[in-house]
Amino acid sequence: MKKRLISLLAAATMTAVMFAGCGATSDSSEAGSDAGSADDTATVAAEDEGSVLNIYCWNDEFRDRVVAHMPGYEATGDYEGKLGDVTVKFLVTPNQDNAYQNNLDENLLKQDSASADDKIDIFLVEADYALKYVDAEYTMPIADLGIADSELANQYQYTKDVMTDSKGVLKGLSWQGCPGVLIYNRAIASEVLGTDDPAEVQNAVKDWDTFKDTAAKMKAAGYKMTSTTNDAYRVFSNNVSGKWVQGNKVVIDPNIKKWVDMSKEMADAGECGTQDLWSSEWSAGFKAPGDTFCYFGPAWLINFSMGNGPDKDDDGSIAHAGGWAAANGPQGFFWGGTWICAAAGTDNAGTIAEIMRALTTNEEVMTEIVKQDSDFVNNKPAMEAAAKDDSFAFAILGGQNPLQMFCDGAGKIDLSNQSAYDQGCNEEFQKAMKNYFDGNATYEEALEQFNKAIVEKYPGLETE
Amino acid sequence: MEKKRKSHSVARYNKWGYIFLIPFAATYVVFQLIPLITTIYNSFFENYRSGLTIIGPNYVGLENYKTLLGNGELFSYFKNTMIMWVLGFVPQIIVSLLLGAWFSDPSLRLKCQRFFKTVIYLPNLIMASAFAMLFFTLFADGGPINSILVSLGILDEPYQFMIHVGSVRGLVAFMNFIMWFGNTTILLLAGMLGIDTSLYEAAQVDGATATQIFYRITLPLLRPILLYVLITSLIGGLQMFDVPQVLTNATGDPMRTSMTMIMYLNKHLYSKNYGMGGALSVILFIITAILSLIVFKTTASPEKKEA
Repeated sequence: MKKRLISLLAAATMTAVMFAGCGATSDSSEAGSDAGSADDTATVAAEDEGSVLNIYCWNDEFRDRVVAHMPGYEATGDYEGKLGDVTVKFLVTPNQDNAYQNNLDENLLKQDSASADDKIDIFLVEADYALKYVDAEYTMPIADLGIADSELANQYQYTKDVMTDSKGVLKGLSWQGCPGVLIYNRAIASEVLGTDDPAEVQNAVKDWDTFKDTAAKMKAAGYKMTSTTNDAYRVFSNNVSGKWVQGNKVVIDPNIKKWVDMSKEMADAGECGTQDLWSSEWSAGFKAPGDTFCYFGPAWLINFSMGNGPDKDDDGSIAHAGGWAAANGPQGFFWGGTWICAAAGTDNAGTIAEIMRALTTNEEVMTEIVKQDSDFVNNKPAMEAAAKDDSFAFAILGGQNPLQMFCDGAGKIDLSNQSAYDQGCNEEFQKAMKNYFDGNATYEEALEQFNKAIVEKYPGLETE
Repeated sequence: MEKKRKSHSVARYNKWGYIFLIPFAATYVVFQLIPLITTIYNSFFENYRSGLTIIGPNYVGLENYKTLLGNGELFSYFKNTMIMWVLGFVPQIIVSLLLGAWFSDPSLRLKCQRFFKTVIYLPNLIMASAFAMLFFTLFADGGPINSILVSLGILDEPYQFMIHVGSVRGLVAFMNFIMWFGNTTILLLAGMLGIDTSLYEAAQVDGATATQIFYRITLPLLRPILLYVLITSLIGGLQMFDVPQVLTNATGDPMRTSMTMIMYLNKHLYSKNYGMGGALSVILFIITAILSLIVFKTTASPEKKEA
């Protein structure tokens, strides 16, 4: 009898343990499945603020800005802080392999059923896929936060165009502008071109033909013109004549084809590599003495990616020695930029508005960002003034003040040819063309592979 | 009367067997059988996400299967998978047999056996993705392997391992070999130690050479274990994913020659395409079943005839 009791007990425990496991899984799957619909009547009264402000982001850039420049913000941990009575949490998911968006999508879809402290309050987006979120009901209109259009008059128009949905409603704000320039290595310029003066270097890269001639000179002197074929990609893809997806069809723009032709010639001549952006080979040119003449990039590439500035620890980078300079380059372009969006269903509308106002409209705070972080902020008068003030010179650029170039660029950026599929198309196109540049495929074969990849990513699209 | 009581008590005793089976059976139903059935069910629907909009599920019959089998891509990914598996499996089984034979041979008196058995098993303890990441860095254009080869004067300029079909496939196969030969060695060793030593002694008395003993005694008696190793490795090989995925940064480049079937499946998960993903999984299930059946039939039947 005793034995039987023990075995019964054993069996019961095993089954119980198992069912405990089941219970947990079925709960979470329920939460996932009934989250299909979201209310777009999401205006929240500012009086009763939730106690936790959750911010979804993919790196530390926004956190660093908040920590350093948000008035009243007090850091209590690496990714946690206090803003008045509200606890601010930064939830970081890296961008790699679309992980950030996957995570964000899952959580936005179950925003309704999440508890108040777990709801997304702020999430950040990039220009490449902004339209995906802007045209969705999960993003709260800026007007509903109580921020009036008149407060945003100083912002660059393109930063607002990116975040305006098909009905003309503004859904997000940015503190930065990302017009790009050509950033070149001063030492190499002096050696090969005989000068490192921005105006004269600009003459050597003023259009794509002279750019290619200069590339040949660089090669002859043992340097690469750009680090990889993908460096120039954005300069071409920002100057296209039509959208990536027209109707339901993926269209290769003539300007993109021009990039393919030029890159193939440069890669075959050994004037640049074929590695991916952000690979260690790509960023090898950041390290002194450097084998790469130029990179294309906006202000954040200079201050956030190229290494420590002269005022920080020596990391062996050219940036630390102030060895870079900027020129306009062959064509204008922009790269990236981070926008702050308020998630529909947030219980912290007041705090969100406070952060948005401080970082994207407060001229004092924004000027401070330019000064301390060499960023290009989204404030016309502040930038125009800074462009004429030598105290805003970039130490990384050896004391050059590139802000006038950025100001000119920011005014010219035209985003009429953006589509919601840009990120996938740009990524897959560069990946597929790498095979062509490496000599593993003809252009047609590489294009065929691009088409395959696009249909996998976006099953609703058709290819040529 | 006596008999009846006995069978009754047997039935009552069996009851405990069934009760103890409940945890496994229920886990199997919840985590294996239901997902299996829903996968098959899902494969008949068009169901994916475009941005944040969910499209479907709409019933489309066999449309997903038609698309998958119609464009011939799946066949080339199947071929890639099998090539990389064979490239890794052949050296793996040879080295494992050799090591197993050495370890199990008492006349060799190998020292530090325990140490070597541990060491050869160690690579399997590292996460496959971490291992692939390590190789990605080691064999990068500016990585340590290239620097060593160039500074030793073996190469004039860095060899770009990641843009050549042979080197990428070779690296994947090599990694699978390194990761799994220890495991296989231990399985085969267990099989070899299970063979009756009197057979070896008898063979030696009859004047058989070591090679003859290996081919005439060890291998035939090892067949059941070999069969097990072959099938599990084949199934594992068909599901090859993490190593090539991480090594090629999910592209399967050059020109998708190192893309395996599961990597292809993963491509459909970007758009949460449950229909296509389901159909692909069902095809994979069928391929695995057929291949396992073939292996099982061809290797097991001669033994049956002898018996």
